[in-house]
Amino acid sequence: MQEAIINKAKELLADGRVDRVIGWKKGEFSYDITPAVFETAEEIDAEFVCNDFTSANVSKYLVKETKKDGTVLAFLKPCDTYSFNQLVKEHRIDASKVYTVGIPCDGKLDPEKIKQKGISGIRSIEKDGDMLKIDTVYGDETLKISDAMSERCLSCKSRKHVCYDELIGEDGDVISSNRFDMVEQLENMSAQERYDFWRSQLSKCIRCNACRNVCPACTCEKCVFDNDDSGISNKAAADSFEENMFHVIRAFHVAGRCTDCGECSRVCPQNIPLHLLNRKFIKDINSLYGEYQAGADTDSRAPLTDYKQSDCEASVVHERGVE
Amino acid sequence: MNNDTLIPHIGVVTDIRIDTPDVKTFRVISPEGGKVFEHMPGQCAMLSIPGVGEAMFSITSSPTNKDFMEFSIKKCGCLTNWLHLMETGQQITIRGPYGNAFPVETELKGKDLLFIAGGIGLAPLRSVINYVRDNRENYGDVQIIYGSRSKQDLVDYDEILNEWMNDPNISVNLTIDNAQDDWDGHVGFVPNFVTELNPSTSRTVLVCGPPIMIKFTLNALKALGFEETQVYTTMELRMKCGVGKCGRCNIGNKYVCKDGPVFRYDQLGELPDEY
Amino acid sequence: MLRISLDKLDTLFAKIAEKQKLYIPSDREDGSAEYMEWSEGRKLSNALNTVRSAKEFFFPQTESLVDFKLSGKNIEVIDIRKETEDFVVFGVRACDARSFGILDKVFLSDPVDSYYQNRRNHGTIVTMACTRPSETCFCTAFGIDPTAPEGDAACFTDGSFLYIKANNDRGEAFVSSVSSLFEDGDTAELEKVQAKTKEVLGILPLSGLSTEAFGGDKLNKLFGSEKWAELSESCIGCGTCTFVCPTCQCYDIKDFNTGHEIKRFRCWDSCMYSDFTKMAHGNPRLTQLERFRQRFMHKLVYFPANNNGELGCVGCGRCLTKCPISMNIVKVMKALEAE
Repeated sequence: MQEAIINKAKELLADGRVDRVIGWKKGEFSYDITPAVFETAEEIDAEFVCNDFTSANVSKYLVKETKKDGTVLAFLKPCDTYSFNQLVKEHRIDASKVYTVGIPCDGKLDPEKIKQKGISGIRSIEKDGDMLKIDTVYGDETLKISDAMSERCLSCKSRKHVCYDELIGEDGDVISSNRFDMVEQLENMSAQERYDFWRSQLSKCIRCNACRNVCPACTCEKCVFDNDDSGISNKAAADSFEENMFHVIRAFHVAGRCTDCGECSRVCPQNIPLHLLNRKFIKDINSLYGEYQAGADTDSRAPLTDYKQSDCEASVVHERGVE
Repeated sequence: MNNDTLIPHIGVVTDIRIDTPDVKTFRVISPEGGKVFEHMPGQCAMLSIPGVGEAMFSITSSPTNKDFMEFSIKKCGCLTNWLHLMETGQQITIRGPYGNAFPVETELKGKDLLFIAGGIGLAPLRSVINYVRDNRENYGDVQIIYGSRSKQDLVDYDEILNEWMNDPNISVNLTIDNAQDDWDGHVGFVPNFVTELNPSTSRTVLVCGPPIMIKFTLNALKALGFEETQVYTTMELRMKCGVGKCGRCNIGNKYVCKDGPVFRYDQLGELPDEY
Repeated sequence: MLRISLDKLDTLFAKIAEKQKLYIPSDREDGSAEYMEWSEGRKLSNALNTVRSAKEFFFPQTESLVDFKLSGKNIEVIDIRKETEDFVVFGVRACDARSFGILDKVFLSDPVDSYYQNRRNHGTIVTMACTRPSETCFCTAFGIDPTAPEGDAACFTDGSFLYIKANNDRGEAFVSSVSSLFEDGDTAELEKVQAKTKEVLGILPLSGLSTEAFGGDKLNKLFGSEKWAELSESCIGCGTCTFVCPTCQCYDIKDFNTGHEIKRFRCWDSCMYSDFTKMAHGNPRLTQLERFRQRFMHKLVYFPANNNGELGCVGCGRCLTKCPISMNIVKVMKALEAE
C-alpha cells in the first residue's frame, strides 16, 4: 500500500496537480514517525512512509498549510477525513487548496503497548498473519497484533472516508463500534466512584498541552489558557480543582465539534483516557438531540449551534443529575 | 536557611512624578528609610505588586543618590497599569540589584562620553548621566542627545531643563519627532540628529531606546566612523527570576538578566540575532 | 560486595522507610511507571524508566516560593520555607542520576536557589544499574555508564540478588543504615550480567551517536543552520519533551490569590510555549522554529558554552518515546551533524 501511495504522490507532483505533499516521514526506528511536508519526488522516495505506525492525523496541519500558496496533497485515513471535514466546515481549512487522497486503514499500532509487554531493544517490527514478529537486541519476540493495537483503533467508528478527491483501495463502512462502552461504565458508577476515577486520571496531568495542541478542534489563534490577559492562563495547576478543570473546560469547548479522532489520548504522555470526556459529550448529544457525527459532512447544522423546538429543555441537566 | 533572591524586600513609594502622558517616575525607599539596596548604573530591579505581577525595571536614579531609588516606568501592560494607579505610601516588593552595569569605573573612566536616548530609553541612561555628573572629574567631555515623539514625551524634562542644561560641564541636544507650537528646539528623528551633530569619534557611546531607533542610530554612528567597540547599549527581554535560571531571557548563551543588560555592540554582534 | 536477595526487597524498603520517606518507581494502573512513596505492598517497577524524570524530587513541577498578605497600602512578606525532611529516592537510573549534576550547575551556582538546595541537602539518591537498555537509550553518548550509575549509593542486580555500593559519604551513611540486612557475597554472576549489558549497549541502534558536532564553540554555525525549518515543521508546540526531560529546568513564577493571601509559586515552563518570551511590546521568538531551536541549542550549545563543554542531555530517551510527533534530540543531532 505504501508503494501505491508513494506513486500517487509522485504522479500528482509530476503533473503539477499539487505543489506539496503532507504525509509521514520515517524515523530512527520502525515506529517513530513524524508528520512531514514533501516537495520533491526524491524526498518522497527517501523518506515517505505509510505503515502500521503512521497514526498522526495530518488534518490540523492543513490549517497552516492552506495559508501558503499552492495546493497540498493530503493522505487521509478514514478517521482523518472527519477532522478534515470539520475543519473545512469551520472555515479553518481552505479546501480549494487541498487535494485529498483517502487511504485505507486497518488500525494503527501503539509502540507503547508493545513496550509495556516488556519488549525492549526493538530493531524491527513485522506483521505475520495476526501476529507481530519483533526483532530485538535481546532476541526475537512475538505479539498478537490486537495486543499492540492502538486503544482508539480497537473502537474504530468508521472505515468510511467521508470526503476525498481520490481513493486508494476500497472504501469501508461506518462501524457500529463499542466506543461508548466505557462511557456507559462510567455513567453506571456512583458519583463518588466517577469522581474518584477522574481524580486519579486527571491528577496525572502535567499540563504539557499536547492534547490541546494536537486536537484538530483546538485551532483558536490564542487559547485562553495561553493568554495572560484572560486571568486564567496557567502552566501548572495552582490547585487540584484547576487541574481537573483544564480538561473539563477543553471538553466543553470542543463539544459538538470533536470528531472522536482520539489524538488527545494518543499523545498524552501520562496515558490519561481524555477521549472519554469527549465521548461522553458525543453520547449525550446523540441521546438529547439525535444522532450526530461531527465531521461527517460540511453542511449540516450542528446540534449545539442550532435551535429546534424539539430540543431538550435545560432542566435535563437537573433531571440527569439526580441519582 | 539563607536569604533567597526570589524572596523580595518591601519598598515604599514615597513620591510619584508624572513625566509624560504614559511615564511616571516612582521614588522607592525601604520601610526603615534609606535605600532598599545599593546598585551601579545600568543595573535593574524586579518590582512587583503581589497578585498582579512582577517585572524587571532599570534603576533610573544614580547610586550617588544615598536616600532613595527611582524607577521611570512606561504604562504598557498589566503590572505597569497597576503601578500607574498607585498613590504615595503604597508598598511594593522589590528585589535586586540584577545584571551587570555600565562600566563607569573601568572602560568609561577618563573617556569623552556620548549618551543617545530615545523615549523611555533615557531611564537607564539617566542613572549613568547623574553618576557621571556627580563624579565629573573622572570623565571627559559629556554630550547628551535625547529625542522623543513630542515635548510632552520627553522623560525627566524638568531635570533636563533645570539641571542638565544648566550644567556647564555637559551639553544637551534635544529633539522631537514632529514640530509643535511650544517647541523651538530641533525637530527630527534621533539617528538623523546624531548625523547632523556629527559628534567626535573619540567618544564612547551609550545608547538606549526603542529597537528601531537603536538600529538606525548604530548605522548613523558607523557612517560617522564609530567602531562597535565604542558603543554600549542595554537590552530588555522577558524575565522571571533575574538570576539566569528561569531560562527565558537568553540571547545565545548569554542571559540578559545576569550577563547583561549592558552589552558592548561588538559582543552583541557575536550572539545570534534573536532579540 | 554487599548483597541482599531480591525477594527480600520489601524488608529492605521497610527498613529504609522506618527512618525517612522512601520513593521508588512503581507501576501505575495504565502500565507506566512513576515514582511513588513506598508503603507496605508497593512493588518496584520492572520498567526501564519512569515517564517523568526524578528531577521533580528537587525541582517539583509546582512549588510555593513566598506568601504575601496585603492590607491597605501595606504588604507583608512571609517566608514559608521549611527545612525539608530527609528522604530517599531508590531506583534512579544512571541517566537521571547524571541529570542532577546538570541541574546543580544551574540551581546551585551563585546565587544559590535555596528551594532546590534544601531538597538536595536532604535527599539520598540510590541508583539502580540498567540491565535491559532499550533502543531509545543513548546515555553512553554522554559518557554515562548505565552499568555503573552515579548517585549517593548504587545498586546492581543479577536477577537473584541486589548488590549495593556507596559512592560518597552520604551513600556510606545510607549503606551502613541498612547493611544489617545485607551479607557479603560473590559478584561473579553480577559481573556476567554487567558484561552482557555492556555487550547490548554496543549493539543498540543509537550506540554510535556522536556528540562531536556540538558544544559551546559551535554557536553561530548551528544557530544559522537551515535544518531548523524542516526539523521544527511538525512541532505542535506542546511541552511534553520539556516536562519529561530530566535536564529541562526553565520555570515561570506566578501569583495565586487564595482569597486570604497571595501565594507566589513557581512552576515548570517550556521554551516550546508561544508565550514563553512574550513581552508587552513584542516577542523575540515569534514562530515555533525559534522556540524549537532554542530548546536544542540550549542543550547542545548554550549549556556547554557556559559549563566547560558539558552537554545538557543525558540520553534517557524520554523525548524519543513521548513526543506526540516523534521529533526529538537524536533526530536533531543527526540532522545537524550531517550538515
